[in-house]
Amino acid sequence: MSRTRRAGLAFTLMQMGQLARRSVMRPLRQPAQIVPALVFPLFLLAVNSSGLSSAINLPGFPTRSYLTFALAVPFMQGALFAAMNAGTDLANDVESGFFNRLALTPLPAPALLAGMLGGALALGVVQAVTFLLVGVAAGAGFAAGTGGALTILALSIVMSVGFGSLGAFVALRTGSGEAVQTMFPLFFVSLFLSSMSLPRDLIQTDWFRTIATYNPVSYLIEGIRSLLITGWDAHALALGFAVAAGVVAVGLAAASLALRTRLVRT
Amino acid sequence: MSDRAHTRSVVLGVAWRTLHRLYTTPALLLPSLVFPLFFFLAFAGGLSSISKVPNFHYPPGYTAFQFAFVLLQSSAFGGVFTGFGIAADFEGGFARRLLMAAPNHKAVLAGYALAALSRTLLTGAIVFGVGLAAGMNVDGNGVDLFGLIGLALLVNFAAGMWAAGIALRFRSIQAGPFMQIPVFLALFLAPVYVPQSLLKGWIHAVAGLNPVTAVLNAARSLLAGSDVHIALGFAAAAGLSALFVLWALRGLRRAENAT
Repeated sequence: MSRTRRAGLAFTLMQMGQLARRSVMRPLRQPAQIVPALVFPLFLLAVNSSGLSSAINLPGFPTRSYLTFALAVPFMQGALFAAMNAGTDLANDVESGFFNRLALTPLPAPALLAGMLGGALALGVVQAVTFLLVGVAAGAGFAAGTGGALTILALSIVMSVGFGSLGAFVALRTGSGEAVQTMFPLFFVSLFLSSMSLPRDLIQTDWFRTIATYNPVSYLIEGIRSLLITGWDAHALALGFAVAAGVVAVGLAAASLALRTRLVRT
Repeated sequence: MSDRAHTRSVVLGVAWRTLHRLYTTPALLLPSLVFPLFFFLAFAGGLSSISKVPNFHYPPGYTAFQFAFVLLQSSAFGGVFTGFGIAADFEGGFARRLLMAAPNHKAVLAGYALAALSRTLLTGAIVFGVGLAAGMNVDGNGVDLFGLIGLALLVNFAAGMWAAGIALRFRSIQAGPFMQIPVFLALFLAPVYVPQSLLKGWIHAVAGLNPVTAVLNAARSLLAGSDVHIALGFAAAAGLSALFVLWALRGLRRAENAT
């Protein structure tokens, strides 16, 4: 690699780092963004794990602790919050004109996008570590041990980047924070119409079980849940990581296209 | 025009404007219709096997069990959304002009409350229709159903007065989470998924102290045609309504002083 190209790459990485730093610091300076993303999933975990604890008495329920069963859900909710936060921040940049000024710099579009997703990634790490620690403190089981906890962390990060890039797509496509906020019900629906509350084979209503089976969110939750309840289940993990990678691929492709369109407009 | 006629015209005018704005703005109307339906489908559909848990006894079935919760939830949020409308009217400056123009300020509050009650009747009717279409059993008779509607309206009124009290104090839509989150917490800290007797641990203790539990138990009894818990449920809903009327009236006084 020539010295000029090396210098160019270093310059791009430095700028990308600056953008990523801004994207990470922004939510940290606004507790209103971080607190709901941590508190809301934990509140639902507390209510559901107590309110539905008698579900463990159903024949065929896979564990004797509903808390362990339900602990997979906050990681998914965390990814949804990452989407909302990444999208809202980016939409604010578009609305305030900051993005237009950024577009005039020589930073390549993929680096611009990667830098802006730094916040979603950081939030994903903070959330996943918090949920793991709360799970340990509350006495949830970790069938796959420490390695399993690290795998959950890895899957959560991939999920946060994937859903964060979907949020970025909506923000770049619409340039409106309000439009990003309207995605929340859609994400919420996808979460509730999954196997979040009961294993799919114990869902009695046929149409609901069919929707949960086609809903990719079920496989993300089941991937994490397998590490908590079963141990190392290659099938569940492969499906979980494949779906997460698919969300990343679709999200990044859509966000890149929307970014190109927005840069042309700028 | 007499004082009474003035008051009536303010109440009806505010209610008409609020409802007109609601029904001509799909972004305001749709969430309040779609969310209860979604919760109903998600809970009644996804959790129906919970009714097979030992000692779960509710004769009309799990769909009716969840319908009672979703009906009260949609009524409560109908009230909360009206609080959002009051806050938005203050932000836009309309509510200040309204307070200056109306001879009786309590009539303005009553107008918003009337709009909330009308709104909840529509949402409740749609959720009820979907429930029946989904095969919900109703073991209660006409009087029980009339009581259920009354209970839902009381819950709507109590939640609306709570949200109005917040909106009149903050006079900004940014106070939305303060209106919404306590209602959400109170609802979900009641026996949502299983009867109170099957709750264990801290949630059993909290649900026992939560007045929403009494209201929810009464709604489920009315649907089942039973008379257990009904008086307590109505007393809790009426008590909450009275408390939050005082809260809203004190908020109105603050808004008057600030105008």
